[in-house]
Amino acid sequence: MDTMTQTMKAIANTTEHKHILITENLRAYYGSFLAVKDVSMAIEPRSITAIIGPSGCGKSTLIRCFNRMHEVVHGARAIGKVLLDGSDIYAPGVDPVNIRTRIGMVFQKPNPFPTMSVMENVVAGRRLSSVWSKRSEMDEIAEKSLRQAALWDEVKDKLKQSGASLSGGQQQRLCIARALAVQPEVILMDEPCSALDPVATLKIEDLMRTLAKDYTIVIVTHNMQQAGRVSDMTAFMMMGADRAGSLVEYGRTQQIFTNPKNKRTEDYISGRFG
Amino acid sequence: MPRLDFEHHLQNLQEELLILGSMVEKAITRSTDALKNRDLALARQVIAEDLNINRKRYDIEEMCIQLIATQQPLARDLRIIIAVLNMIVDLERIGDHAEGDAKIAIMIGDEPPLKPYIDIPRMAEKTNEMLRAALDAFIKRDAEAARRVIAQDDEVDNLYDQVFRELLTYMADDPKTISRATRLIWVAHNLERSADRVTNVCERTIFVITGKVEEQGVSKY
Repeated sequence: MDTMTQTMKAIANTTEHKHILITENLRAYYGSFLAVKDVSMAIEPRSITAIIGPSGCGKSTLIRCFNRMHEVVHGARAIGKVLLDGSDIYAPGVDPVNIRTRIGMVFQKPNPFPTMSVMENVVAGRRLSSVWSKRSEMDEIAEKSLRQAALWDEVKDKLKQSGASLSGGQQQRLCIARALAVQPEVILMDEPCSALDPVATLKIEDLMRTLAKDYTIVIVTHNMQQAGRVSDMTAFMMMGADRAGSLVEYGRTQQIFTNPKNKRTEDYISGRFG
Repeated sequence: MPRLDFEHHLQNLQEELLILGSMVEKAITRSTDALKNRDLALARQVIAEDLNINRKRYDIEEMCIQLIATQQPLARDLRIIIAVLNMIVDLERIGDHAEGDAKIAIMIGDEPPLKPYIDIPRMAEKTNEMLRAALDAFIKRDAEAARRVIAQDDEVDNLYDQVFRELLTYMADDPKTISRATRLIWVAHNLERSADRVTNVCERTIFVITGKVEEQGVSKY
């Protein structure tokens, strides 16, 4: 049994929770280029999992495989299994749009729809995913999502203003509200704070901790202190000699940051390469 | 890719720890010599120099805080700094024990010794030997060496038993010796506690290497 499998088994044994998201030998390609190699990991529900690693190691590609966003890129494909609540999201006949409503995503740069108001932005995802709701119900969902995203108090008087009129941090929380409005089970965040100042960053981190009571969050971050501050579990990825990214170590954040088992993890988190 | 500046600071921190260790070692030797030779001037010097030990401890603590605040150390680097933070407390306390022994030497003053001092200097030598080996194990990151030092604590405990029993017989035989004998028991007790604190230093070395905080065996006292 290799170390990775042992680690996974150990994690599975130490938790009573059923894993919400499980990948088995997941490989991601861009054309013939193998970008992510054989990732097997199990993600706990209602927790925050951080994926860290040097640039180009496949972190973003990996999480984009979690909700079938990877295949949106021309020539990109994923092989292996990604089980959401036990069902393979890559099984024939599975609608990727449906998967993306269950596994939402927040990107590096806040990307509210500039021509839409704050309110329209929040419910846009719900409209786009063809979930029909009454106006009053939409309002209710919008308010609830904005409250969950800790943005309501700041925008309740400017719901009709353009989403682009908000500050960077507010825009990012608006994008989180938009993701929440479709009531996903998992929220993927790809460097959600890299374009934000430290105060806005800490607000997002606080928000993530609150959201983790109800949602499963997977975050890709370059900021190791952020991974240390917010996450319950940390996965460390690295690029091999073949340039394919793979999972080097996966464990409780506390363990990874104080006593990593793998020398490469130790070197990376203590700033000795990468 | 090494972190040259950080490595330099980390190295410097450990060198400072060794300096603190040697100051403490000197305090143990001198306080015992002061007692043995009824050298009150030397005893006063030990007491005065304890301030330097305390100052050095706080300087090292400050270095640790600086490194944590500015360098965000993780993994082994973090464990080294946390270990140093704990070790300096134990070392400073050993210094306090030595200062206590110097004060007792002054209390006993010119009074004639009860008997030639043999086991107390032996306890001091053994404690110093353990202290040197403990710091050496830390610098070399040698968990086995650290465990061997911990095992040596029994020898100090046995010497303490011996001193205690012997002084008890003096007191039983001649109540006039009670005051001097009690003070000597304090000295022996201080040395016994110092050796215990050396074992704490060793436990921190094991923590640096294994990442686990584990008590390595409970001292008899």
